[in-house]
Amino acid sequence: MPQLSQISEIYASQLFWLAIVFALIYFGIGKAMVPKIERTIDDRDARISGDIAAAAAARDTARADEERYQAGLDTARAQASKAVAEAKASATAQAETALKAGDAAAATRLAEATQAVASAKQTAVSEIETATVEAVESILAKLSGVTVDRARIEQQVKAELAHG
Amino acid sequence: MSAGRIDPMEQFHVAPLTRPIHLGAFDISFTNSALFMVIVGGLLAVLVSGGLKRQLVPGRWQALVEMMVGFIDNMVGTSIGKGGKKFAPYIFSLFFFILISNLVGVLPLAIVPGLHTFAVTSHITVTAVLAFFSFAIVLVVGFAKHGLKFFSLFVPHGAPAWLMPVIIPVEFVSFMVRPFSLGLRLFVAMTAGHILLEVFGSFVVQGLNAGGALGPVVAILSFIMIVGVSALELLVCAIQAYVFALLTSLYLHDAVHLH
Repeated sequence: MPQLSQISEIYASQLFWLAIVFALIYFGIGKAMVPKIERTIDDRDARISGDIAAAAAARDTARADEERYQAGLDTARAQASKAVAEAKASATAQAETALKAGDAAAATRLAEATQAVASAKQTAVSEIETATVEAVESILAKLSGVTVDRARIEQQVKAELAHG
Repeated sequence: MSAGRIDPMEQFHVAPLTRPIHLGAFDISFTNSALFMVIVGGLLAVLVSGGLKRQLVPGRWQALVEMMVGFIDNMVGTSIGKGGKKFAPYIFSLFFFILISNLVGVLPLAIVPGLHTFAVTSHITVTAVLAFFSFAIVLVVGFAKHGLKFFSLFVPHGAPAWLMPVIIPVEFVSFMVRPFSLGLRLFVAMTAGHILLEVFGSFVVQGLNAGGALGPVVAILSFIMIVGVSALELLVCAIQAYVFALLTSLYLHDAVHLH
């Protein structure tokens, strides 16, 4: 086994070259390059977690804005429906008042018209009576030459007119 | 490897590639083992530096490197816990040096004549150095952080006092054995896997050379075994690197937190 049988002749060379190569690896790679790579990894991790935190903050802000917007929307909607209800109520009240006033005016005018019609009818009826009495009186005088008491004719005519 | 004799140990042989270099009394020649350490280091450097683009949205390469770093950070975070972050570069270097060494070692490049990959981690001289270095870090951190209180590591919580004369030596021995088991585990696992592959590979060659009715059958069965063992070896490569790094971080946890 050369590893053991050669020890006495090669140990110094092995130790010497291993020390040189391993020192170069340790200082050139382990001490110089590895920390740079570690820093790259750390920087990336920090950046990623920073970005995630920023995204979370932005999401929270957006959510708060959304909530505020919704709250504003709800308030505005409530105010609008309240205004609509008030307007509706006042319009209804106005319409009712106007209707009442109109009804009253119409009733007054109806009553006046009815009265006018009634008095006109009365006048017409008495004029018809008068005309009938005169006609009956003249007919009687022309046909029989009898002069009849005007009061009696009036009575008679009234009775006939009342019968229709 | 002449005349049909295939030595499964030959792959672990370390030989100088250049003229011998001496530093005082020590022979520090640039060997094939050193070459593969440099190759592993270069591969890791290319791999990791490809992930340095620092884009916000990573490409495939950057995502892979970030996954590697994240894997180690996660292991360090769960195993060492608080205060473990500063050991991440060490655990990263350890894990990926071992992992790439293991993977380079099982690359089937020997199919190209003259090319033969070398598993750096199949040498106790390498794994033991890594293990004892990790152990030394544990000791230094433990004593620097807790002083002599670090010895309370050998006193388990809640154990009755009359058991202490038994438990403390046992804890001490198990603590001192840590670097040996750490280094040996990786060395043995890699060596065993490579020997197994080489032995089945030699069966294929010898079966084909033997002729007769039985030879090709043995060769085909051995080849199927090589496929299976190779898949297993890939798993072992990852697991051994993981175990080495995980145990190192658990030992560091003891040093940082005492229990």
